[in-house]
Parts: sequence; C-alpha cells; structure tokens
Amino acid sequence: MSNTTYPIAKDNDGQPIWKFIFSELKPKTKFFTPFNIISLPIMLLGLVLIVIRFWKGIGAVTNLSQEIPWGLWIGFDVVTGVAFAGGAYVLTFMVYILNMHKYHSIVRITVLNGFLAYVFYAGALLLDLGRPWNVINPIIGNNFGTSSVLFLVAWHFLLYMLAQLIEFSPAVAEWLGAKRARKILSGMTIGAVIFGITLSTLHQSGLGALYLMAKDKIHPLWYNEFIPILFFVSSIFAGLSMVIFEGSISHKVFHRMISEKDNKAQNGIIHGLAKICTGAMFAYLFMQLLVFIHGKHWDLLNTGMGQWFLLEMFGFVLLPMILFYISYRRNNILLIRIAAIITMLGVILNRLNVTVIGFKWDMPIRYVPTWMEIVVTLAVIFTEIWIFKWVINRMPVLRDSPSWVKEEN
Amino acid sequence: MGLDRRDFLKTLGVVGATLAVGKNFGATTKKDTKTEFYGMLYDPTMCLGCRACERLCAKAHGLPEPAKAPEAGVIRNTSEIQRTVVNCYKTSKDEVYIKKQCMHCNEPACAAACLTQAMCKTKEGAVIWRSEKCMGCRYCMVSCPYDVPKFEYHSANPKIVKCDMCHDRVIKGEMPTCAEGCPGEALLFGTRRELITEARKRIAENPKVYTDIIYGEHDAGGTGFIYLSPVPMNELGFNPAIQKESYPALSKGFLYSVPSVFVLLPPLLLGIHEATKKDHKEGDENE
Repeated sequence: MSNTTYPIAKDNDGQPIWKFIFSELKPKTKFFTPFNIISLPIMLLGLVLIVIRFWKGIGAVTNLSQEIPWGLWIGFDVVTGVAFAGGAYVLTFMVYILNMHKYHSIVRITVLNGFLAYVFYAGALLLDLGRPWNVINPIIGNNFGTSSVLFLVAWHFLLYMLAQLIEFSPAVAEWLGAKRARKILSGMTIGAVIFGITLSTLHQSGLGALYLMAKDKIHPLWYNEFIPILFFVSSIFAGLSMVIFEGSISHKVFHRMISEKDNKAQNGIIHGLAKICTGAMFAYLFMQLLVFIHGKHWDLLNTGMGQWFLLEMFGFVLLPMILFYISYRRNNILLIRIAAIITMLGVILNRLNVTVIGFKWDMPIRYVPTWMEIVVTLAVIFTEIWIFKWVINRMPVLRDSPSWVKEEN
Repeated sequence: MGLDRRDFLKTLGVVGATLAVGKNFGATTKKDTKTEFYGMLYDPTMCLGCRACERLCAKAHGLPEPAKAPEAGVIRNTSEIQRTVVNCYKTSKDEVYIKKQCMHCNEPACAAACLTQAMCKTKEGAVIWRSEKCMGCRYCMVSCPYDVPKFEYHSANPKIVKCDMCHDRVIKGEMPTCAEGCPGEALLFGTRRELITEARKRIAENPKVYTDIIYGEHDAGGTGFIYLSPVPMNELGFNPAIQKESYPALSKGFLYSVPSVFVLLPPLLLGIHEATKKDHKEGDENE
C-alpha cells in the first residue's frame, strides 16, 4: 500500500517492520496465569483430537449418525457463536449509521470480537466438513449452488469477515504506525459498515433459514416458517448481551489500558445497551407468541418438550427481559450483567433446541455429544481468546489511538 | 442531502455487485421440454421378497454382500454400505414387502441444499452425487425428508452414499440393475409419465388389490420412484408428515427476499447515516 512513502514503523522508534513484528510476537504479560494453565492443556488435547478426526474420519471423535448429521460443532460453534457475534453489526449500526457517539469507545473491541468469532467459527466449520479440500468449490469455478441457503451463508461469512477486517484495519495501521494506510482504510469504514450490516441481516436470518427444509425433523414448537426472522431478532440481544458480558470482563482484565474517560463512560454504555435489549426481547417474545398462537400447538405444551419450551420462553426470555427493564430503570449495573448472562444462556438454549435438542426429538436414540466434541469446541474458544488477548495487548483497541491520529484528522 | 460523490459511488458499487449476485438466485435453467424424467414403479404385490435387487445393487456399486434376510417385522434401513433394502412389514393385509432407496424427487431437497451442486437432478431423472464437487457438509442429509443420503463417518475421504438409479447404465441406454434383475417384475423402469399411466391402469383393473394411492405422484412435490400399495402407506413405514409440496419451496421465500434486502437496505442505511451526520456536525459547532 503506502509502505514506500511512509516507512511502516512505530512512531517512537525507527526499527524495521519485521523486527517490530517479531518483537511483538513475544508474550507481553505474565505467561503462567490461571487462564493459561487451564486453557493450554485443553488446546493441546483439542489439537490431538483434530488430528485423529482428519486421520480416522469424523465418526472417530463425534457421536454424529446417519439421522443426526449436524451436532455440537454446527449447532453450538457455528449457529450459536455467530448469534453472539451479532453485537458487531448492531454497534456499527448505532455508531456509524445513527452516529451515536456515546458508544464509539467499544466499537473496536466489539468488531474485533466479531471478526475473531467468525474466523474461528468458520474454522470450526472446516473441522465438520467431510471433504474440506473441496471447500473452495462454491467460491470459485462453476459450482455455484445458488438455490442453497448454505451457499448464501458461506459467501456471507466470507464477505462479512472481509468487511469486519476493513472496519478493524485502522487499528492495525495505528499499531504499525502506517499513517497513509490508516487514512485510506478509515475512509473505507462507512462502506464496509453498510455492506456488513446488510450481510449480517441476511446471514443471521440465513442460519435459521438453513433449517426450513428440515420441516418434519424439528419439533413443531421450534419449527415454523418464521425461524429466519426470529433468528435475526434474537441475534440483536444475543450480540448485545455478549457485548455487556465481554465488556465487563475486559474492563477488569485490561483495566490499566483504558483511559479515565472511557472507563467512566462504560456504565452509561451498559445502561444504554440494556434498554435496547429490553426492546429487542419484547419484540422477540411477542413474535414467538404470535407464531405459537398461529401454530395451534396448545396440546403440545403438556408434553416434556412443551415444558422445555415454556422454560425457554419464560425463564430465559421473559425473565431476563424483565430484569433488563428493572435494572435500567434503577440503573443497577450488576443486575444488567446478570440479565445479560441469563439472556446468553437463553440464546444457547434456543439455538440448541432448534439444531440439536429438537432435531429428531422423537428418535429412540438421542444425540449426545462426545467429550471429544466438547473438548474441541473448548479448544476453539480458548484459541480465540488467546488471539483476542494478543491483539488487545498490542493494538489500540481498548486504549486510545496514538497521538498522530488526532493530529491528522 | 450531502451525499458526496465518493459515498454515492460506494453505494453504487455495493448495490451493483449484489445485483449481479442476486441475479443468480432467481435464475432457473431453461427447461428442456423434449427430455422426460425416467423413474421406477415398485409394485409390492409382485415382489417375491427374494432381495435379488439388494445383491445386484451391492455388486454393481462395489459394496459388500448384504446380510441374510431378517424375519418379517424387523425393519432395516439403508446405510453407507447398502443403497437399497427390502423390508417385510406386517400389515392389516398380511405381510407386505417394501423396497427402500432414494426417491429421486422431481425437486430434490438435497440438490437444493447443496452449495456446490454435487447433488444434482440429471435430465434423465436420477438424483446423483458427484465426489469431485462435494465438500462433505451433510446439509443434504439435514434436508432430505426421506433421510436417504448416508455418510461414511469412519473414512478420511468420506463419500455420500445413495441410490443413483444406476445413472451410468441409464445414459448408455440400459436399465438400472435392480429393475433388470427383478425376477418378479415388481420393479418397472420407464419414463415417469408411462409409469403413472401404468400404475393408474393397475389400480383401475384391480381395485380390490390396490389402495387408491400412487405414492410419489404428488408426495414431496412428486418423486421419480413411485409406489403402488395394497395397504395405506403409513403401515409400510412411510412418514405421514411428508408434505405434498416440494421441500425446496420451503426456503424459496427466504431466498427470494435476499436480492430485495440487498438492494433496499444499503441506500436506506446510507441515507440514515447522512441524515444523522449533519445533526452531529451542527452539535459540534455549538459546543
């Protein structure tokens, strides 16, 4: 890009770029933290399991069967993970489209979180593919299965990752001290944001639309033609709850990086997000009610699955919605955080009910993931957190941008 | 509104690119009106239960010899090593044999689900799987209402296994091996139109033998493999929940909404962005 005109180097030292990146690769913080001690063995074990999976086949590590072809890796890693990554498109909408500057300080960390989530969950998707060497087929060549919802989702994942990379790239440029690159890249932000929001609208709902053809296989309390819309609306509060949850942890862990001003703004941000969650959850609950009444499934409520459905609706949507409402009225940040956690559990429950628990619910032998599937899932999540920490410790994500950024504007 | 040229061009680019993609979604290949789908008709009243079709199928596709026939009422399923099975059902009208294999739907859910066109409906009528295109996502298995595609879970180079109506034989002008070798002539191979006429004729001539059903004429949007039956189909292990409409129709609404969202949302977002940006600048001046 502009390496020739502006040597890429930190503004305060003149060392060459490769030396700089090499020095940045080394750990910057204490290595033997409790998190590292727990996560490292799981990541190594996960790696071993992944080798076995590619060597002996998917059946060697998973409990998938001819009747249940998609399990935890799709239902949790991809479908649930992407819902939680929805915070990025909601926040970019608020900050760049509605110009709500109050939320500007958390945009970068949310976009980073979203980007890494997509990279790792699309990566987890590769583990689940039986013939991953053909994964480029729908991207190149003459194999466009345009009638497939999965084709749409695959392309959107790819394009959205690109859009998020562009949205985040000014932070990388600031880290490298690339002044001209930063100027060009930040000029592309609004285009990437508009493109990204459009993509998110379609693939958040698309993940639900994947299951539209499995009409006879999903329990009627969870299957309806409105799955795409329900998935889209729930991704709004799933993403924001994740932002509240992750923000609360980041603010503890990375406290030293955050400026006094941003630190003070944090509670106001959480308070605002709680309001949006209440609204989105109310809309979602109301739609669920309409869909339920339309479906005429009153008789199913008295079955085991019916009670499970009621638990999801009352315990994990209505209850946290009320908690969000009460806590923003009383400005109780702790209660907002509790509501966010219950909401997240509810989203996990909902996505798993559609994709795993309610899928072939009437089969005599139910799918239960193996410990190996769970370990691989944990390994993917831990690796993502490692990269997340690595980036935050180096790039201006939580901390303020270097001084030259302001001079330029 | 202060929509500068750069922003305008950007939106134009976004919309233009998506229009190009969106076009693909609506496009359907022009129907070749001359070719007719081939299909098969299975008449359980003529099936001897000899399972010659199972053995011939295994031999033709290099699969292991099928195990011995179980007793009546024990229901086996097709698997990654068996593309077709004949089961014996105890029904209200004595024992009835039923052959199971891919239904070769007119509008197959598996092919609509496939993002690489590895699963496809050929113009001859067979639904076939092509290894060089498949990425092993198993979305076809999720979508198929009959649970036909099977996956080799214990292979590092797994394949999707299902009946392909002996497509390589059919394009050479031969019959599928099961139909050719059926000693009871329970399996008829021909164009779907001929088979439905034949099935109607049999029902009309022997209304006491057959129920007035041609399974597959309309089920799941119409299938290439059609069944006559002496008893209602739910007694023969057929899922009564399977709808008459085709399964790809279920996700059509969503797919058709994609181009509209792509065209309408970006200009709307850009408009809101411009509208709110102005307010903010005024706010800045006031500060």
